[in-house]
Amino acid sequence: MTEVKMTVNGKAVSGTVEGRTLLSQFLREDLEMTGTHIGCDTSQCGACVVHVDGQAVKSCAMFAAEADGAEVTTIEGMANADGSLSTLQQAFQDHHGLQCGFCTPGMVMSAAALLAENPKPSEAEIRHYLEGNICRCTGYHNIVKAIQAASGQDVAIAAE
Amino acid sequence: MYSFEYHNPASQKEAEELLASTDNPSLLAGGQTLLPALKHRLAEPSDLIDLKGIDGLSGIREENGAIVIGAATTHCEVSESELVAKRIPALAKLAGGIGDQQVRHRGTIGGSVANNDPAADYPAGCVGLGATIRTNRREMGADNFFVDLFETALGEDEMILAVSFPIPDQAAYIKFPNPASRYALVGVMLSKTGGDVRVAITGAGSSGVFRDSHIETALSKDFSVDAIDGSGVDEAEISADIHASAEYRKHLIGEMARRAVEAASGS
Repeated sequence: MTEVKMTVNGKAVSGTVEGRTLLSQFLREDLEMTGTHIGCDTSQCGACVVHVDGQAVKSCAMFAAEADGAEVTTIEGMANADGSLSTLQQAFQDHHGLQCGFCTPGMVMSAAALLAENPKPSEAEIRHYLEGNICRCTGYHNIVKAIQAASGQDVAIAAE
Repeated sequence: MYSFEYHNPASQKEAEELLASTDNPSLLAGGQTLLPALKHRLAEPSDLIDLKGIDGLSGIREENGAIVIGAATTHCEVSESELVAKRIPALAKLAGGIGDQQVRHRGTIGGSVANNDPAADYPAGCVGLGATIRTNRREMGADNFFVDLFETALGEDEMILAVSFPIPDQAAYIKFPNPASRYALVGVMLSKTGGDVRVAITGAGSSGVFRDSHIETALSKDFSVDAIDGSGVDEAEISADIHASAEYRKHLIGEMARRAVEAASGS
């Protein structure tokens, strides 16, 4: 067993984990933060994307022990301080960037990492960055629109 | 996943001691292939030795006409490196096309090279650019390093420290990705340095990465798209699976090589 300490959404946390405990498992089962979803558990789908030291990674493809000492941000850390949706999250709602919502935590985390690197991405850049995030409902169009809108680029609001 | 002991050594020496003193250790770099393999119980290491805490194992520098990339350097770091983009843009492009962005944030050159997946990009990058693999024991030319499917010349107590890529006059990497996995169905790394032409193929060899000497000879005489009349490799040596037949892969080798010549000539 290994002792791990990390910062999750600005809060210091610690735990005792097996070597084989995945970061996704640690977040969901030890910290009871179930916003990070496990879709495929084979690092294909991207539902489990979180930020580790500012970089978007698949938390099912990393051990909790590897995140020892790291700054981790999950979907639970994305809302504004007063609990209202962040600009990016609101854009997903406004543009119908989700249907069942299962992939959404990973989509939002990947999109946030993209916007941090590239504040005004083109449609092609957004689609390229989301290659590792799979959505089976929306066909991606509204997700792309939401990210463009969140970055301050003009897009039509989806019909009600 | 089977249980194992996780270690996070702070130095190469400490990692070497762990390699020597544990039963059935495995080295962990970015883990983007190792973790899925462990989940499928394809491997049962007693101990995982994480290399990411070792100083000096990651980073990119220019050294005597070569670009030297530390083993723990991520694909993202290579793809976004200004030095690589300036000296060997084909290598930056190769690294930027591996997996997806989240995987590129974790996956490393050392891990990819040591794993020697027959459809991975870096083996073609190493062989096609005539790289040297530096380990804690020796230096090996890429031509002798990649032995067979998922098999390299690395010994049990050996770890990759860096890969050194001589800077070519011209180079290009073109791959035809599997649309689902984005692994190379066929990938071609082509380089030209003086009169020396290298053409390395990934994704197609039934024993992993190989050089296509037929195309190399043709391009040595005439470095042009029209010089390539297809791959010289026997179809029996080319892999076939549900994704593509040997005949189709062979066709793709010629086509990707032509596109690589075009891209290299434009750079």
